[in-house]
Amino acid sequence: MARVVAAMSGGVDSSVAAALLARDAAETGDDVVGVWLRLHPDGGEGYEQSRSCCSPDAHDDARRVAQLVGIPFFALNLERSFEERVIDAFADGYLAGATPNPCQACNQYIKFDELLRRGLAAYGADQVATGHYARVEERDGRFHLMRAADANKDQTYFLWVLDQGQLAHTRFPLGELTKPEVRRIAADLNLPTADKPESQEICFVPAGDYRELLAERRGYVGEPGPIVDAGGEQIGTHTGYAHYTVGQRHGLGLALGEPVFVQEVRPASNTVVVGRRDEIAARSFAVEGRRFVAGEPPSDRFSASVRIRHRGAEVPCEVTVIGDERLVVETSEPVWAPAPGQAAVLYDGEECLGGGRIARAT
Amino acid sequence: MMSIYLDHAATTPLRPEVLEAMLPYLTEHYGNASSPHAAGRRARQGLDEAREEIASILGAKPREIVFTGGGSEADNLAIKGAAWAASAKGRHIVTSGVEHKAVLYACAIMERSGFAVTYVPVDRYGQVDPAEVDAAINEHTTLVSVMYANNEVGTIQPIAEIGAICRRRGVLFHADAVQAGGFLPIDVDNLGVDLLSLAAHKVYGPKGVGALFVRQGTALLPQIQGGAQERQRRAGTENVAGIVGFGRALGLAQGNASLRDAENARLAGLRDQLLAGLRDVPGTEPTGHPTERLPHSASWLIDGVEGGDLVAALDLDGVEGSTGSACTSGSAEPSHVLLAMGIDPDRAHGALRLTAGRGTTLADVERATEVLRSKIERIREQVARPNRVASA
Repeated sequence: MARVVAAMSGGVDSSVAAALLARDAAETGDDVVGVWLRLHPDGGEGYEQSRSCCSPDAHDDARRVAQLVGIPFFALNLERSFEERVIDAFADGYLAGATPNPCQACNQYIKFDELLRRGLAAYGADQVATGHYARVEERDGRFHLMRAADANKDQTYFLWVLDQGQLAHTRFPLGELTKPEVRRIAADLNLPTADKPESQEICFVPAGDYRELLAERRGYVGEPGPIVDAGGEQIGTHTGYAHYTVGQRHGLGLALGEPVFVQEVRPASNTVVVGRRDEIAARSFAVEGRRFVAGEPPSDRFSASVRIRHRGAEVPCEVTVIGDERLVVETSEPVWAPAPGQAAVLYDGEECLGGGRIARAT
Repeated sequence: MMSIYLDHAATTPLRPEVLEAMLPYLTEHYGNASSPHAAGRRARQGLDEAREEIASILGAKPREIVFTGGGSEADNLAIKGAAWAASAKGRHIVTSGVEHKAVLYACAIMERSGFAVTYVPVDRYGQVDPAEVDAAINEHTTLVSVMYANNEVGTIQPIAEIGAICRRRGVLFHADAVQAGGFLPIDVDNLGVDLLSLAAHKVYGPKGVGALFVRQGTALLPQIQGGAQERQRRAGTENVAGIVGFGRALGLAQGNASLRDAENARLAGLRDQLLAGLRDVPGTEPTGHPTERLPHSASWLIDGVEGGDLVAALDLDGVEGSTGSACTSGSAEPSHVLLAMGIDPDRAHGALRLTAGRGTTLADVERATEVLRSKIERIREQVARPNRVASA
């Protein structure tokens, strides 16, 4: 008999994942414990004006689902780690001129690390389950991270950081389902989360504007600086380099004959470089902080396909292993705006091999 | 698996005698106690008798008892009601850093309204030094509020000494006796209090009922406006069944002092057994006063363990406990009580409280101790937090 900790966010996906585990528990002999992760503070002290906000609602929804599917339910406080590993890392990423990847950091350090460790320890659990769309297959004595059956929903782009030790304790109950099927199950079970809209924003940046967060957490308000073209000629002024990300088109305040995009952000000189659409595409880029699900790259040089943004196009590539932590990825066709800090995730057919962070051009 | 309930400081089960006393008022005696007809008179009689019962236990007059919707409401009525009513005389309140949040946040609201509040410190056991209260009182002070016994660590405060000081200095004295109400003598004259909060559900009565003793002659600004109930000190149709249950419950807990003391002695034995059960576990330390503490309450700091994780682990093995306060569980902030006692914030995350009750047996305590020891060991082994695991 296994004990599974179901991480419940209050959204429809994790609700159905928990419900499916609970439903199958009788057959499998599993014992399911629902856990809601408190990741960031949700308002003031008890004597301050009350305001409604998303996070208590999410907690309420998760608790109701746990009650309805009949599993014990606890709130697990991970605020301190989340602040350090995700929120501050996010701010620091922008300050370094990169485009941070908070969902991936949350998976790597929070859900599949601290939750896993504390779940194993506190709840005596063997496994952690989430509502991610992905699959784990055990074959040839190894755990393989596979794409979800629903190609539209596949979330392996955020899960490539998981290693063998983590996958051994991970379950993705939605891996074989499509989103419409998940919604139907939620509706059939009368779960209060059945019609909840998809969350798109970064959970700790509710308005989608991270500039306030940079000011609050790192005191960065931004100083005006030059916007230059590929030739180094100034063609405009920006509000502070960290307010811009590679590939961005809007908010540049430029009126040129053709659309231009942010090509590079240079923190040291507080400069934003822009280029035309074709100028910001690349056929080759370096990757740092590489990790492979199997532990090791398949070989020193191998063929794969690469994705550089969630739901972005997947492009065939040749990968060369360099040193202890880098890769060079050469794509068969230009990929659009590889942004330093974003993940480059490698696939072999249905299997997610691993990846790394796109490095700054040197 | 039958769970072992060791969270009686959070709430207690309803005693069967209490339920029996309440039932007629939930069924046939449904009248509104303010109605003049027979149905109303029957309800009024239940209310009057409960008020008399509680007043006699407090050594008070029935008219000095104001029923409320619970202990927190009683605390709010005491602080806001008395401070506002006396505001022409002065706008300074003295309290301690280990009060329940019902008192602390009521004080915080008063601060926003221009009152000054002094939070007297406590020692490492969570005890207030009466001399500190004396020193904090100035010519603007109108109210002192110190709890009788602490909900998180069980420490009993020198209420009678503080009461004598308040009397001498001519200021009102409120004591939150919500946790102490089932265990300690609560004669209001002996304690020297002008205001005293109680809650039914901590003494095997129903939830949602409390009382505030208000010494005759104490001016109070009501916090709920409306009808003339409770001598215009708390509007709203009385919760007759709940109040009847409260009267019965407090009567059972306090009506016979020798029975109460015998049960206290039995509980203290169980508490000491709980405390002894972790004595040889490195990196654990009891919190609260070594002797001046509630008889049923054992509490610790456990290094290398997140209190909430331990509570969940115990629950999954059938032992129901608490990190210290059910009202603040799930919060990232360590307990304000432990911080006020000078405990390092990092260590304060490892708080656990187990509180025994009427149904708790020695076998329960032994089983709980066994589970607790094994969970501490498992969590410490599996959660790698080397900087948090101290050696004793």
